[in-house]
Amino acid sequence: MFADDFLPSVLFVLLLVSVLLTLVGAGRRVRLWRQGQASTVHWAGLLSIPRRYLVDLHHVVASDKYISNTHVATAGGFVLTTILVLSIYLFGISGPVLNYALLASSALMFIGAVFVFLRRRNPPPNLSKGPWSRLPYSLLTYASSFFILSLPATGLLPTNTGGWLLAVVLLIGITWGVGEMYLGMAWGGPMKHAFAGALHLGFHRRQERFGGGRSTGLKSINLESIHLETGKLGVEKPEDFKWNQLLSFDACVECGRCEKACPAFAAGQPLNPKKLIQDMVVGMAGGSDAQFAGSPYPGVQAGTHKGGAIIPIVNVLVPSETVWSCTTCRACVQECPMMIEHVDAIVDMRRFETLEKGQTPGKGAELLENLKTTDNPNGYAPNSRMNWAADQNLPIFGQQVEQADVLLWIGDAAFDMRNQRTLRAMVSLLRAANVDFAVLGDSECDSGDPARRLGDEATFQRLAKTNIATMAQYKFKHIVTADPHAFHCLKNEYGDFGGNYDVYHHTGFFAELVKSQKLSLSTDKALSLTYHDPCYLGRYNGEYDAPRYLLEAMGISIKEMERSKTKARCCGGGGGAPITDIPGTQRIPDMRMEDAKATKADIIAVGCPQCSLMLEGVVEPRPQVKDIAELMLDALVLDTQTLDAQILGKQVLEEETAVDTKLSAVNLEPTAAKVVNVKVSHKITSTADV
Amino acid sequence: MRKQTHSASTEINKNTEGLHNNVVKMVNTASKESVNVTVLVSVGEHPLSKRPRRAEQDARAIEIGLNLPGTQLHVMHAGAADNVQTNTVLKDYLGMGLPEIQVLNIPQEADNLTALTSNFTDSNPDIILTGIRAENGESSGMLPYVLSEQLGMALVPSITEILSVDKKAGFAELLQALPRGQRRKVRVKLPFVATVDMAAKAPRQSAFGAAMRGKITVVDAIATATTNNANTEWKITPAQPRPKRLKVVKAKTAADRFKAATAKAQGGAGKVIYNNQEAADAILKMLTDEKVL
Ligand code: SF4
Ligand code: SF4
Repeated sequence: MFADDFLPSVLFVLLLVSVLLTLVGAGRRVRLWRQGQASTVHWAGLLSIPRRYLVDLHHVVASDKYISNTHVATAGGFVLTTILVLSIYLFGISGPVLNYALLASSALMFIGAVFVFLRRRNPPPNLSKGPWSRLPYSLLTYASSFFILSLPATGLLPTNTGGWLLAVVLLIGITWGVGEMYLGMAWGGPMKHAFAGALHLGFHRRQERFGGGRSTGLKSINLESIHLETGKLGVEKPEDFKWNQLLSFDACVECGRCEKACPAFAAGQPLNPKKLIQDMVVGMAGGSDAQFAGSPYPGVQAGTHKGGAIIPIVNVLVPSETVWSCTTCRACVQECPMMIEHVDAIVDMRRFETLEKGQTPGKGAELLENLKTTDNPNGYAPNSRMNWAADQNLPIFGQQVEQADVLLWIGDAAFDMRNQRTLRAMVSLLRAANVDFAVLGDSECDSGDPARRLGDEATFQRLAKTNIATMAQYKFKHIVTADPHAFHCLKNEYGDFGGNYDVYHHTGFFAELVKSQKLSLSTDKALSLTYHDPCYLGRYNGEYDAPRYLLEAMGISIKEMERSKTKARCCGGGGGAPITDIPGTQRIPDMRMEDAKATKADIIAVGCPQCSLMLEGVVEPRPQVKDIAELMLDALVLDTQTLDAQILGKQVLEEETAVDTKLSAVNLEPTAAKVVNVKVSHKITSTADV
Repeated sequence: MRKQTHSASTEINKNTEGLHNNVVKMVNTASKESVNVTVLVSVGEHPLSKRPRRAEQDARAIEIGLNLPGTQLHVMHAGAADNVQTNTVLKDYLGMGLPEIQVLNIPQEADNLTALTSNFTDSNPDIILTGIRAENGESSGMLPYVLSEQLGMALVPSITEILSVDKKAGFAELLQALPRGQRRKVRVKLPFVATVDMAAKAPRQSAFGAAMRGKITVVDAIATATTNNANTEWKITPAQPRPKRLKVVKAKTAADRFKAATAKAQGGAGKVIYNNQEAADAILKMLTDEKVL
């Protein structure tokens, strides 16, 4: 009887004190976030938090059904329990309904917590230990204490069951539970993720990502408006991040899904996206990485790196190699249930290294210098850009034509012998489909992709603006390119500078041509083939279907790799990683090739010049690397109509030949050879070097 | 070479005078104690794209200057001020972390040597660094020679590094680049002019932020019209690479061939001639032998 009166009054005080302390802690945490730079505040986002949690967050978590169900039970149970506990014991609203509800919600939470506990018995290496190993016990204690507490209240057990002993046990349990769950939430315990995570979902810097949208283009720096005396370019210290980026770091649950997905981590390069985010938290709140209880950066001892809001990050808190190991493949971002933007943070820090310190490692400085002086990363003469097409008679904007349906974006593959094969195949396919296309010729510049990923925003913007100005002179409906990096820049990143285009990756464009029967492919090729999703096509632009559609249209059944589509492993070629060339214990392309070999396929189909180079760089024996355009040309069936058109075209050309025999004779040769081929078998049988 | 040592030794009086001045000034300002290094930079040209850029040797000269501890580094460009192209390139130099570049404002058609000489007589630099030759235009490589002669300083061609500068003793130690990666350590009296070889340490990356923050200060210069008006009518064409001399290797074994490929060029055949007539004859004979004449 005595215990019965005593408990509620003690609980009242306990709850009151902890709620107050929680509010104080929350205020302090908010102050930490506000150290960051101003950024648009999306107040409306706050209203969508529940939907974003249930739909968008769970869309990611659901790839692991076990944990998504567990989380719904635990988190749902916790939120309900907490609301009820506060109503009953703090605000004194009572009644049998509430008591039964509390009983049910704490039971629900308890069931969830049991599953958390089971998962944590033998945690995989990507999960953090430390306070996180304590969490399942705290969850169990919190849930069970309130469950038992409400049993007498509902009348299911006689009041005063257990007497003093139980009352004391319950009090201890509740104190522990409330301490972990309420105070821990605001004072930096594992439960911080609930508080910061909810706000982060509301205030996310890329609101477009919710509701099935996509936002992958890097945020641009306004170079014209920046005050160089006071402002700085990129992020040097934690306080240079936007406030909502700081908030996002606090949302991390240390689940390590990003770590599991990261190719640089797997290759033993000194990068672990999870630790990177935790280091940002250390930087924001001050302290050292000694508390971190997960896997370190491979090859870098953790525990001795100090950070603070006004202490530079790179080379103090985080080694510079960490920042430069990233291939910007976005696998971490894709996997992160809290929708944290690792790539943004990494590029922000790279911007400072490049733009302010001038310390792009490896061949970075050389590449950027080349882009400045020659508009291509390897420093080739700008007027040799069209040399690859000397025998192709391509219509060039500004020379032969002023308008065309399609602007064929060549990209830097123009300078690379391997990728010139893809370009030739693409040109042949466009011609076979009678597409009206033209190229920019020598006036095309690098898209700016490598410059931007290496943090050189100034060079990127110059290239982007130059390209936009060049393209503004001509009329075209679509841009088609075989390079997903250029595709991404043109489609998602040129918009900030006034360049809005209808851009296709060649697979997307060809898929439409095949669907509308402008191209027909033979289905008699029984190739043993697997397909590698380029990061900048897949995760950056959501295009997983068109390449597969094309391959299937050739009668191929794809032997999918274990890591494919959203989970595809990077080839190692993105983000300037081959340029900065940070050593690891193995090479990323080798690992990807192992993935491909595991499918026992003879061919690995790709859709990106960078992937071709990286994967072909793997030592033999290995599957052959072929671009989808090359495979398509192998399987191309020319119907009689196109054939007539081609022959007609040839005749027209032949008339011209009479005028300028010597010149066009050379140019004509490939066409002539092709037509002879077609006459025999009605299809082109070889792509080798058409 | 003879000429340079000559000019350095004959102008010794002037030098001591300069040193004396420095000593007097030293009493007033401590900063005068530090070595004054002035780097002359030009607007370079990319060989393939023909676009203006940091001249490779000039940028290396700045790099040498930046790596010298305890010096006052001045970077200077002589040419027309407020030219957009020039300024972009100067910004690129500033991006190496320089606070300022001075532009001696000299109109295109004027002679920049007189302006430079008068500027240096005023500012008294201890070390003047330049590239070996410009990447465009006349590209004669004469400027450092003429400058050193007019200023009465020694000239050290093709250096890769400044090892040490002892201002009190008035000497500096330099590394000079020789063919086949060889280096020679030279000790030279301050002040001097040196040209920087491509073998010097590659210049650091130019950072955009530093480039934007750095200042371009225009200094008005007394420019005299160039004495050589002919160059306005010159037609500039790309230089033809000099044909390589065929090397007949008579070696029979791999070891011999290896030796032939790696051995350093031995002069040996040279001789010192003092008589002018004999010297002229020797030159003429060589030119006829080489079928130049
Ligand atoms: S983008 Fe890719 S390489 Fe970079 S941290 Fe994320 S997973 Fe790792
Ligand atoms: S960053 Fe995201 S994926 Fe990585 S550990 Fe944190 S919550 Fe998990």
